[in-house]
Amino acid sequence: MSEPRTDAKICGMGHSMKRKEDPRFIRGQGRYIDDFTLPGMLYMDIVRSPHAHARIKKINTARALKIPGVLAVIDGPTLAKYNLHWMPTISADTQMVLPIDEVMYQAQEVCAVIATERYIAADGVDAVEVEYEPLPVMVDPHKSLAPGAPVLRKDKEGKKDNLAFHWQAGDKADAERALAASDVVISENVYLPRIHVASMETCGCIADFDTAQGKLTVYMTTQAPHAVRTVFALVAGHVGLSEEKIRIVSPDIGGGFGGKVPVYPGYVIAVAASVVIGKPIKWIEDRMENLQADSFARDYHMKVELGAKRDGTMTSLKIKTVADHGYANASANPSKFPTGLFSICTGSYDLKHAFCEVDAAYTHKPPGGVAYRCSFRVTEAVHAIERATDALAQKLNMDPAELRMKNFIKPEQFPYKSVLGWEYDSGNYGVALKKAMDIIGYDALRREQAEKRKKGDLMGIGISSFTEIVGAGPSRDFDILGIKMFDSAEIRVHPTGKAIARFGTKSQGQGHETTYAQIVAEELGIPAAHVQVEEGDTDTAPYGLGTYASRSTPTSGAACALAARKIRDKAKKIAAHLLEVSEQDLDWEPGKFFVKGAPQMAKTIQECAFAAYTNHPQGMEAGLEAVHYYDPPNLTFPFGSYICVVDIDRGTGDVKVRRFVAVDDCGNIINPMIVEGQIHGGLTQGIGPALYEEISYDDEGNISGGSFLDYYVPTALETPHWETDKTTTPSPHHPFGAKGVGESATVGAPPAIANAVVRKSASGRIRVATAMTTTMRTIERPAGEPV
Amino acid sequence: MIPAAFDYHRADTLDDALKLLKKYGDEAKVLSGGMSLLPMLKLRLASFAHLVDINRVPGLDYIKEEKGTLRIGAMTRQAALERSDLIRTQYPILADAVPLIADPLVRNRGTIGGNVANGDPGNDQPAIMLALGATFVARGSKERSIPASQFYKGLYSTALAPGEILTEIRIPAPPPKSGGAYAKLKRKTGDFAVAAAAVQLTLGKNGAIERAGIGLTNAGLTPVEAVDAAKYLVGKMPDEKTIAEAAKMAAAKSSPSADRRGSVEYKKEMARVLTARALRKAVQRAGGN
Repeated sequence: MSEPRTDAKICGMGHSMKRKEDPRFIRGQGRYIDDFTLPGMLYMDIVRSPHAHARIKKINTARALKIPGVLAVIDGPTLAKYNLHWMPTISADTQMVLPIDEVMYQAQEVCAVIATERYIAADGVDAVEVEYEPLPVMVDPHKSLAPGAPVLRKDKEGKKDNLAFHWQAGDKADAERALAASDVVISENVYLPRIHVASMETCGCIADFDTAQGKLTVYMTTQAPHAVRTVFALVAGHVGLSEEKIRIVSPDIGGGFGGKVPVYPGYVIAVAASVVIGKPIKWIEDRMENLQADSFARDYHMKVELGAKRDGTMTSLKIKTVADHGYANASANPSKFPTGLFSICTGSYDLKHAFCEVDAAYTHKPPGGVAYRCSFRVTEAVHAIERATDALAQKLNMDPAELRMKNFIKPEQFPYKSVLGWEYDSGNYGVALKKAMDIIGYDALRREQAEKRKKGDLMGIGISSFTEIVGAGPSRDFDILGIKMFDSAEIRVHPTGKAIARFGTKSQGQGHETTYAQIVAEELGIPAAHVQVEEGDTDTAPYGLGTYASRSTPTSGAACALAARKIRDKAKKIAAHLLEVSEQDLDWEPGKFFVKGAPQMAKTIQECAFAAYTNHPQGMEAGLEAVHYYDPPNLTFPFGSYICVVDIDRGTGDVKVRRFVAVDDCGNIINPMIVEGQIHGGLTQGIGPALYEEISYDDEGNISGGSFLDYYVPTALETPHWETDKTTTPSPHHPFGAKGVGESATVGAPPAIANAVVRKSASGRIRVATAMTTTMRTIERPAGEPV
Repeated sequence: MIPAAFDYHRADTLDDALKLLKKYGDEAKVLSGGMSLLPMLKLRLASFAHLVDINRVPGLDYIKEEKGTLRIGAMTRQAALERSDLIRTQYPILADAVPLIADPLVRNRGTIGGNVANGDPGNDQPAIMLALGATFVARGSKERSIPASQFYKGLYSTALAPGEILTEIRIPAPPPKSGGAYAKLKRKTGDFAVAAAAVQLTLGKNGAIERAGIGLTNAGLTPVEAVDAAKYLVGKMPDEKTIAEAAKMAAAKSSPSADRRGSVEYKKEMARVLTARALRKAVQRAGGN
């Protein structure tokens, strides 16, 4: 779909409509958690462990409680009275809310101070004295999984090792046989370091228990308000919280990226405190708490083996991964997929043999990891296959673009069944790569690079041709804690032809208030400006699993179109009634029904809406509204090809991204401007981990990268000018041919950078390593040479 | 990120400020731009019962050349230095450095006095002051001058006595055939230097180096003055071999610690690379080759 079907007044799909939410954001009139103040509200602040592993000998609260305004200190034993000191993770593991005797990672919550003012709460935290007995610390996931390692999770009865889980996909023996029969095999160790979403707004909540009504309202930074309500009802039912008496409100959110899917201990402590005290409790993390204690992402140590024939035909792939999950498996993944959709690791290539496995380790680090704008571990999978592809190209002395072209799944092979079990809905990979090569002037750049190499200058060209897998998901396979991953839309058309539409998803900046309105406009012809979109209040919105993993357009977007079509069907009956013709005699164009062959005989959607409340046909229910719960038949498979050029300072190892071309294909587009914005943001969050960001730990489990002083989020000055373009391959099964796009760029960008920067020399040393491959930059050149 | 309670005092004159410092002694701290002090307070890494704000004290904000000396008032904001024609045309070493200090927001508030007086080896201007042979003027019960080379005593520790306020920075105006440069490597905008080198030199009639000063940023617990390397340069022609040797000598004086910006080995190597680059540029600006 290239030209919009609707005019600019209706502003349906394909229009770059300015975002309806932006005027309030730009004017500073957004309403984020910390903008709310409730009458009688108290403040909570948290005492955190300086040790990665220690026994708590004593928590002395006397000095804190003497501070005027400090009302209470809540610790593990307090919560244990209500059996709330432990909670389930999204991955059905368990984690502490507050500890009774041992802390298991640095910055773990130890106890919480409740006070009348935010500043007093902080003074209270400062005055709490905790005596610790430091214990041995396990930071290395490989050592943690080694036989005889001390068992970390002693709370788990009978647990004899530190394996959180093992997962695998594919036929190992078959993949190994095919590797052995390959002409060439490359083996790459790829480490994706621990990183953090570092959203602009940190996490927080106001828990408000109304003692008169017995109703709990929690205003919180959550990407999945409905799921959170159900989880609260399931885990706190024993203290009298019942689902009809729980309301979760997710107001404006300043970025989620997966980090606002989990329920963190702070939320639970605030809820418990509010229920016990009977007053609203506000808790807002500071930046360092956010970086140090909230769920991390990645932390995958992957060994990738890729085999090929001499001519470059890929034959077999094998990946063995050690995943560092910290002290609890708090991944945000669907139940059946503990490593997310990692088995998309065959990527864009027609591989007939493949096997991948993941061993998840417990260590003394914060629990995780979340799916940081990665569609459930797809970033890891894409990095593995794209790095391996470049290593193979280098080994075969073949151009990496040519190698990709040779191995792409061909357009006529779709729908394509991958050897690891996915059915790719659609794709046209060669066209996207060719387009990116044309835009960047690939051949000329390779010639320039060859010239530069002769002079000793370092210039890199990196390609990534990724396949994404988004829109979880079909209910036969996808659930989180048992709740199926459908999503919903509810549309009500008012008598004057305006509409309100509510969804089970929750925007964190993606622009849902605009894009959903445009879908309604496309389907009903009601101007997008007249469609009010609401999400995030569980008392009003239909049930849904929330926004993450690029699922909103594939699921709620589809639900929106189908609900709108139900309304259109009913409106057609009303139009026939008003025009006194049969339904079969009517045709539709956006905004009105007209009589075939007599277009002057027409009724607009607004006229139909008015009639639905004032003059509806006898025997028909009044009103014009519909609900749809959409269960997608398959996931959607957006893709793209990215090429970047970097110049590397031979003296310092400093990497400058000279150009970056991104060609994306997300099927039919609702709002091109918003898609471009998503890609710009995603690309920036791709170069961040590739060149700057990393959280690491020393042998004692002390965090490095726990503040913006040393967690290097790129700024506008580090960000190159993004050159974006697109191809359009509609999803064959989505109601309007769209695919999710929120995460494509974060998934696709890091390997493009890594492939431009990392190149093994004959000695086997890496030329310039960045955060992606080691903790520090190293330069492969003799120290002391003139530079 | 919430500081412990403190009392705030706004001084309207320098004498007011000095009186408040005397009254509260160790419990008081001068607040100028606040770009280092406020984060330290918010992180509760430092705590002072009294802050003495000198932002309203008149007469501490100027950039002027007088009788062969550049005089900069201690309350001069980095942004003012960034916009100064005098700095841009006559003091390229500062013109190089100032746009690389933190970010525009910090430069709008941060002052040169705070930058040099805080005793943070990660700050950029101390090394520059060492290279330029600057002198700091301090006011306590009386006024005194302290050469930059004698100012830095340890991490966050300086020759400034309790009750003293740094009021002015004096830099000898460079004679003809002088050149300076600052070369800095940082991970990203807003970060402190991985390593940085400040070089100021003057060439003689025959093209040989007549005077040289070299300072290193983030190369130890205090700003490092590479005295040996500077001495080595004097009397020599500024050719590539001399530059390479001086850079090596300067790097040998650095004793950085490992952190997220790099290993000790890497940082020492960067001190060498950046010193060589700053030397080359300084020579070029002095009219040499």
